[in-house]
Amino acid sequence: MALVTALRRLAHVRICEYTRKTAAVTFGARHTSLKSFTTSTQPLRSDNKVTVHFINRDGEKITVKGSPGDSLLDIVINEDLDFDGFGACEGTLACSTCHLIFDEDVYKNLGPVTDEEMDMLDLAYGLTDTSRLGCQICLTKSLEGMVARVPESVADIRQSKDGSS
Amino acid sequence: MSCSVPHRLCCSSVIISVYSAGVIVRGSGKAFFASCNPKICVVGSGPAGFYTAQHLIKVCRLHVVSFSAFSSFQARQDAEVDIYERLPVPFGLVRFGVAPDHPEVKNVINTFTQTAKQSRCSFYGNVNVGKDVSIEELQQAYHAVVLSYGAEGNRTMGVPGEQLAGVYSAQNFVGWYNGLPSCQELNPDLSCETAVILGQGNVALDIARILLSPVDILKKTDITQPTLEALERSQIRNVLIIGRRGPLQIACTIKELREMVNLPDTRPEMVAADFNGVAEALKDVPRPRKRLTELMLKTALDTPGEKEQERRNKASRSWGFRFFRSPVEVLGDPDSMRVVGIRLAVNRLEVDGARAVLTGEVEDVKCGLVISSIGYKSVPIDPSVPFDSRKAIVPNNMGRVQHVSGLYCSGWLKTGPTGVIATTMNNSFDTARSLVEDIDSGTLDVSISKPGSQSISALLEKRGVKPVSFSDWEKIDNAEMKKGEASGKPREKLLSVEEMLRVVQT
Repeated sequence: MALVTALRRLAHVRICEYTRKTAAVTFGARHTSLKSFTTSTQPLRSDNKVTVHFINRDGEKITVKGSPGDSLLDIVINEDLDFDGFGACEGTLACSTCHLIFDEDVYKNLGPVTDEEMDMLDLAYGLTDTSRLGCQICLTKSLEGMVARVPESVADIRQSKDGSS
Repeated sequence: MSCSVPHRLCCSSVIISVYSAGVIVRGSGKAFFASCNPKICVVGSGPAGFYTAQHLIKVCRLHVVSFSAFSSFQARQDAEVDIYERLPVPFGLVRFGVAPDHPEVKNVINTFTQTAKQSRCSFYGNVNVGKDVSIEELQQAYHAVVLSYGAEGNRTMGVPGEQLAGVYSAQNFVGWYNGLPSCQELNPDLSCETAVILGQGNVALDIARILLSPVDILKKTDITQPTLEALERSQIRNVLIIGRRGPLQIACTIKELREMVNLPDTRPEMVAADFNGVAEALKDVPRPRKRLTELMLKTALDTPGEKEQERRNKASRSWGFRFFRSPVEVLGDPDSMRVVGIRLAVNRLEVDGARAVLTGEVEDVKCGLVISSIGYKSVPIDPSVPFDSRKAIVPNNMGRVQHVSGLYCSGWLKTGPTGVIATTMNNSFDTARSLVEDIDSGTLDVSISKPGSQSISALLEKRGVKPVSFSDWEKIDNAEMKKGEASGKPREKLLSVEEMLRVVQT
C-alpha cells in the first residue's frame, strides 16, 4: 500500500509539473514564482510550511500543512484527505472534481485564472464567484491560514437540466 | 450521510462520527452482528460501475461502532463487490468513448485500477450478463445487483436514406476509432470533401476534431492504427455540425468548443445571421452558458487579429456550426447507394427556445459522409428488469430499481446519457449510498449468506464461458502498451475479442 501511495505521489508530481508548464505558457509571471520550488532539491524546513484549513462536505474543519509550491490538490493527496472523488483527472485540468470555494479576500490572493480552468469550473457543481480548482492553486507563504471549502456534491439529474453538460 | 465521514475521523472520534454518520441501531439495546459479508455484484465496468464499486467498498469498510445504554455494538461488514463486464477489457467508455486526444480524462483509470486491485473487489470480464448469465441468477447469488451497463444503443434520426452507405451513428464511428471490437468493420469512406455531423454535443465535437486534426497530432494518441491510416487518406476538408435549435441551446461544453477554435490548420466558418439577437439574450443566462456563447460569438462574428487572420488564411480545412436545421432525408446516389447529400428542414424557435418548429423551408447540403450524433440510448438486457422505453432508462428512485428489491442502477442507465465524468461519478456514489442505507435500515436483507461469485463461476463454467480476471486484463494492457511503444503511441489497442483472449491465454 505504501508503495502504491508513493508511486501515486511520484506520478502526481510529474503531472503537476506538466500542468504548471502548460499554465506557464499562458502566465509567464506564474512560472517565475514556481521556479524556485521546482529547482529546489533541499527539503523545505518545516517552519516554511503553510497552514491550510479545509472544510469538508460535512462542515468539519481539517487543518493541515503544505509546502510552498504545492497545489491544494497535492496537499489533499499527500495528507490523504478523504474527499470523495476529489481530483479524478489527477490535476490535468480535465475535470472539475477538485473544485474548492474560498472567501472573497482569499480568492483575490489566489492569482490569475486561465480560460481553461474557467472552462472546467463551468462544469462544477455549485459554482460560485469565488470558486477555483484545487489543482491550479499553488501555496505561497501569503496564503498562510487560508480556508478552502469543499462544496457539497449535489448529484442528480436536476443538474443537467440546462443541457449543457 | 454515513459514507462521507472520513475514515480517519471516524476512528479517532467515535462518538462524533456516529452522530454525523446518522447510523440508527434498530431495536436499540440489542446487539446486532451481521452474520456475513454483503455480496454485491455490479454489471458493467465503465465509470458508473467502477465509481459505484469504489464507494461500496469504501463505505462498507467503515466499521461504525455505536454505544447505547447497554453498550450494544454494530459493525458494518466488509462488502465484497464483483464487477461483470461483457468485454475482456474494463473501463467502458473511458476506453471506448473518451476521445484518444483526451488522455488526461483517462487518468480516472488509475483510481479504477486501485479499486479493482482491492482484495474485496473482483473483475469478471468476457461475461455477457443477460446472455451468459441472467439477472435473476445474479440476484440469487448476490445480496444486491447494481446495473451500470450504460447506454450502448443510439437514437436514430428516423428519416429516409438513413441506411445509405456513408451514414453512421456517432456511437459506431467513435467505437471504430477507439477500437471497440464490434465496430471494426465500419471502415468509413473518407474520400469526400464535406462531412455532416447531426447534433452539437461533445460527441459531435469529438468526431469533428478527429476528422480534422492533423494526423501528426493523432499519431501520438491511442487511436487505432486502421483509423490513422484511414485519416491519412482522408479527403475531408469541411465539417458541418448541425443543430435543430440555436446557439443558445447548443449542447457541447466550452472545453470542446475551445479545442475546435484552436484546432491547428483549421478555420471556423459560421453563418453570421444564425447569431442574430444572441448577444442581447446573454444578460440573464448563467455563467457556463454565457461563457460558451461568448466564445461562439467571438469566433463567429469578431474580426480576428492579424495573427489569427493569418492562421485562418493558411488553414487547409474548415468547420462550422449550422443552426436551426433538422434532417429530413439523406440523399443518395441511386446507382452506388452512397450518400451524396442531406436535405435539411429550416426551423425557427418558439419564444422560450425550448422547441424548434418547422418553417416549411428546406435546403440541401452536398456531403459524402453523414454522422448522426443525436444521443446515446440505454437498452434493456434482461426481460426481468423494469425498463422505461420512452426515457430509455431503468425506472428508479435514487438508484433503487422500482418494485424490485435488491436491484439498483447507476450511471447513464439511471439518468439517461448526459453529463461529464464527474456527473457519472456523483450519480454512482449516490446509488452506492442508497444501497448502504438499505443495508443499514434492514430494507436490504444481508443476514442470509449468499454464494456470490462461487455459484456464478460454476454456472459460467458449465456454459463454457471463461471469465477474464483483472490480472488477465493487465496482460492485455501490457501487450497493448508494448505494441504502442514501437510506434510512439501510449498503446495500440487489440481490436478483436479473439485477439484479447489469445493474449490472456499466453
